[in-house]
Amino acid sequence: MTCVLEISGLTKGFMMHHLGSFLQAFEDISFSVEAGEFLLLKGANGAGKSTLLRALYRSYLVQSGKIRFHSEHGVIDLAVAADVDIAHLRRTEIGFVTQFLVARPRVSAEAVVAEPLRLSGVEGVAALKQARYWLEAFGVKPELWKAYPTTFSGGEQQKVNLARALIRPQKLLLLDEPTASLDANARAALLSRLADLKSGGTAMIGVFHHPGDVEKLIDRVINLTPSVTTAEEREDVAV
Amino acid sequence: MSMVIDAPRIVTTKPLLVVRGVSKTYGKVVALHDVAVTAYPGEVLGIVGESGSGKSTLLRMMNLEETPEFGSYTLDLPDLRGNLFNLDRFARRMLCATRIGIVYQNPHLGLLMTHSSSGNVAERLLIAGERSFATLRAKATDALDASEFPLDRLDAPPIELSGGMQQRVQLAKAIALEPALLLLDEPTTGLDVSVQALVLDTLKRLQQGRQITMVVVSHDLGVIRTLADRVMVMRSGRVVEEGLVDQIFQDPQHAYTQQLVHAKL
Repeated sequence: MTCVLEISGLTKGFMMHHLGSFLQAFEDISFSVEAGEFLLLKGANGAGKSTLLRALYRSYLVQSGKIRFHSEHGVIDLAVAADVDIAHLRRTEIGFVTQFLVARPRVSAEAVVAEPLRLSGVEGVAALKQARYWLEAFGVKPELWKAYPTTFSGGEQQKVNLARALIRPQKLLLLDEPTASLDANARAALLSRLADLKSGGTAMIGVFHHPGDVEKLIDRVINLTPSVTTAEEREDVAV
Repeated sequence: MSMVIDAPRIVTTKPLLVVRGVSKTYGKVVALHDVAVTAYPGEVLGIVGESGSGKSTLLRMMNLEETPEFGSYTLDLPDLRGNLFNLDRFARRMLCATRIGIVYQNPHLGLLMTHSSSGNVAERLLIAGERSFATLRAKATDALDASEFPLDRLDAPPIELSGGMQQRVQLAKAIALEPALLLLDEPTTGLDVSVQALVLDTLKRLQQGRQITMVVVSHDLGVIRTLADRVMVMRSGRVVEEGLVDQIFQDPQHAYTQQLVHAKL
């Protein structure tokens, strides 16, 4: 198998200056992920699951440790890579699916979805065509494609968000509770898209409130509850 | 506390803009102390900080309106060598007219308020040597159109226009010559919230469509969050922190940045 990510000794805490206190989020985490592998992050609330995802995406800075990402440009440590390099990797190789859509005023749903493709160099009309395909796949009604998602309901916004986040196959995909607030049809569309990306070689690390939603995709579980941070093999799950 | 960030390894293009070791004092007041700025082609760099942090002074230096006591400024453009702070007045004026665009918070600084809007934009083209009336009119109209200015108001002087429209005229003037660098000083401060959203949207469209390198200064974190890829946080003339926009907002490291982010409504 091809290694995509090697995490070693990763430690993250938050210095809260106004309280003069330091909050430890996780300590000395080590694991690796291979192409086409799906890892579930498990742990009680506050165990640092979402924090870990954000640290891998570099929305959070870690105190110590390495995040060695095997990019198309060679191995690079995401913990300390230059901001411009991180920005480049986010446009080309690393995706992050969150629970919330970041909508901009006066930007239509289809334009929001097409944006990642356009930024990676796909021509406008072709990008829009793909955007519409994925909006349809996630069950957003065609009447809404040209509307501004700022006014959509939570569920509809989430569908737009997923279409946008999953429109481009990535080498590494981070998933932060993407099934929250989805109806059954959209959840099925999400699972089928994730399965396709997985068989196409995308490595995935996800946090799911109801892991049952993605049961069939999970290869390994990483438990982040302190003192049990080792990986456990999942023999019972079909790979 | 946190680790030292590496130099770029994947992005091998040279930065468009490099400012190094810039210091400036006004009497006993330190306006800027040993400030460094880097911006890559097509990147939007945000600079935040409270009034008096030195952010606007820094922007005026990038527009060559002010010269620091120490420091250097280079733009990676053809036929442009060395420290731009050393250019003479004429060379500065040409460089600013042709390669650098600026939008000020106060439209009076950037526009002739009683001349027509299209004339304001054409003036920039005249300085750059364009003489054909038809070309001037056509290029000015294109720039105003790209700034989403209503074309039936081409001849209206800015003094008769709303604040949002005045900013669009400034923007048209700034982009008329397709500058390599666009500087924005509090471009939406003082506008109604709805107008602010429209102007920000126009800026975002222009930036994505034309891949202009932008430096935007604002005390409004919402503006920075909407526009910037990377952020520099300034206080008392110094850079206290810089990073990717989501990192600065979600995981600010410095006590001052935390205070700033937590104070956002």
